[in-house]
Amino acid sequence: MTTIVTDNCKGCRYTDCVTVCPVACFHYDDEMLYIDPDVCIDCSACIPECPVQAIYEEDDLPEDKQEWLEINAEKAPELPVIEEKMEPLPGADERKAALGF
Amino acid sequence: MSQLGTEAAPLRVAVVGAGPSGFYATEALLKSEIAAQVDLIERLPSPYGLVRSGVAPDHPKLKQSIEVYKKVAALEGFRFFGNVTVGKDVMPQELRDIYHAVIYTCGAETDRRLGIEGEDLAGSHTATEFVGWYNGHPDYRNREFDFSHETAVIIGQGNVAADVARILSKSVDELKHTDISQHALDALAESQIKTIAVVGRRGPAQAKFTTKELREFLELENCQAAIASEELALNEASQTEVADKKAGVVAAKNMAIFEKMAEDAEQSKVRTCRMMFCRSPIRIEGNGRIERVVLERNELSGEPFSQRASGTGETETLECGLLFRSIGYRGVPIEGVPFHDSWGVFPNQEGRITDGPDGAVVPGIYTAGWIKRGPSGIIGTNRACAVQTVESLMGDLSNLPADRAGTDALAKLLQERGVRSIDFPEWQRIDAEEVSRGEPKGKPREKFTRREEMLQILG
Ligand SMILES: Cc1cc2nc3c(=O)[nH]c(=O)nc-3n(C[C@H](O)[C@H](O)[C@H](O)COP(=O)(O)OP(=O)(O)OC[C@H]3O[C@@H](n4cnc5c(N)ncnc54)[C@H](O)[C@@H]3O)c2cc1C
Ligand code: SF4
Ligand code: SF4
Repeated sequence: MTTIVTDNCKGCRYTDCVTVCPVACFHYDDEMLYIDPDVCIDCSACIPECPVQAIYEEDDLPEDKQEWLEINAEKAPELPVIEEKMEPLPGADERKAALGF
Repeated sequence: MSQLGTEAAPLRVAVVGAGPSGFYATEALLKSEIAAQVDLIERLPSPYGLVRSGVAPDHPKLKQSIEVYKKVAALEGFRFFGNVTVGKDVMPQELRDIYHAVIYTCGAETDRRLGIEGEDLAGSHTATEFVGWYNGHPDYRNREFDFSHETAVIIGQGNVAADVARILSKSVDELKHTDISQHALDALAESQIKTIAVVGRRGPAQAKFTTKELREFLELENCQAAIASEELALNEASQTEVADKKAGVVAAKNMAIFEKMAEDAEQSKVRTCRMMFCRSPIRIEGNGRIERVVLERNELSGEPFSQRASGTGETETLECGLLFRSIGYRGVPIEGVPFHDSWGVFPNQEGRITDGPDGAVVPGIYTAGWIKRGPSGIIGTNRACAVQTVESLMGDLSNLPADRAGTDALAKLLQERGVRSIDFPEWQRIDAEEVSRGEPKGKPREKFTRREEMLQILG
């Protein structure tokens, strides 16, 4: 079991999720965030914080988003950790509206 | 005088309570731009609060947050004073005289009461007692629970209630390689419990379980989850709640699991865990000890997301030999610190303690975690909460008193009073001993459950 960030995060990068992570396992690049499955303790704290419902427990991961399991595991360890809230990416609000949230 | 927060005059802070919020507050202070020294004061010899004594033994992954707290303890400027109770060994006013600021992170350590007849009969307990007992908390070491009856009832439908129900449901084989305390494992091995009823005031759409906790009930080796299917009928407002794409996500996922529980009619397992909704206990009866609980049926009314339960007058009786209430927690007041009695918290504005709910800010004292917000939210919620409090404190730096002696003054005062405090390296010796006691049993650790045992290790 792990917890996974999916493509809804792409292009908006609201970072509400990182403020409640008890173990600092979020990593980031220019586009979005990723969770390091070796560090994440599956506490689910981040899931309700995400305004665009980008984060899933593995058990709930939809069929068409399965690839994100591997993407998180591969990317996270190579990227810097994010522990504090950052400014969302430009255009985040439009993206959020476009996703229907 | 040099400015507070420089090498010459570090900010000296006492943090009271070494649970998650205490560690996250400490981390925020020690990783801040300014020079700080933090003394983390804890009434038990062991740190980590409810991560050690609340989080269920069969959820070991969650306890890995302790690795983060160990890193905080290794930061420069950190000092641990275990086995020191604020309000008894040292008073709040004394801490204010010793430190520039004090942050209270002492949790919510007592249960809300049902306020019904028979609540204090033998066999009627709080979830806190039971959880503390199976997790080896020294305060609850000597509690006794009678598992010789067939039915146990749990009042409340949140994650703590789920933990209690799951521990009662599991076989000894499912528990014996966790860090559950040996005395609890031995007692649970004799359990005659066949039915565990988990009773909620409102309906299935309003139950506070997280989906993950609920899902575990579908996978128990020894216990069948069950629901009478008519209990899952939703009124219109509840249907609106479940259909809400944002606020109804958890409720919708939970409903799907409840449906599964209702379908799985197979009853071949030793135990049954039955979810019961829209009922409130109105009386606990028995001759000297609990024999039954009387439940009143409720109906829901009001707008979606603010529906209230009210009694219909229709009652039913559930024969049982054991009852746990798990309807919320309250903080315990500390003499000399303002307390909001009806909410059970230290009144505050963004972490600054105030003199009563609408009162003025009391300079120099702060709060974070469950005692600040009330008992909601999980481990990580306390990080955002503690960070907010430390931001408030940082904003007040120029108004804090000058000249505070800090660590040495506390150490001296404790020594004069004959209080045996425990520092972090000493705790690490106890910790190592627990781990090695667990090894031969295939457990991650066998906790010491009495203060004296812990102190003995230190010689
Ligand atoms: C049964 C149970 C199960 C839980 N399971 C989960 C879970 O699975 N996942 C999850 O994320 N969260 C879980 N939680 C919630 C989580 O434990 C809390 O959010 C968190 O522990 C609250 O942190 P805190 O620091 O505010 O309080 P606490 O963890 O309670 O820490 C308070 C500390 O202060 C100390 N203290 C109290 N009074 C004094 C005093 N006067 N002087 C000195 N020290 C004092 C206490 O001994 C304690 O160590 C659970 C909670 C409970 C009760
Ligand atoms: S809150 Fe959601 S959208 Fe924002 S960074 Fe986290 S996962 Fe991405
Ligand atoms: S599930 Fe918990 S540990 Fe994992 S990323 Fe989310 S907040 Fe962090």
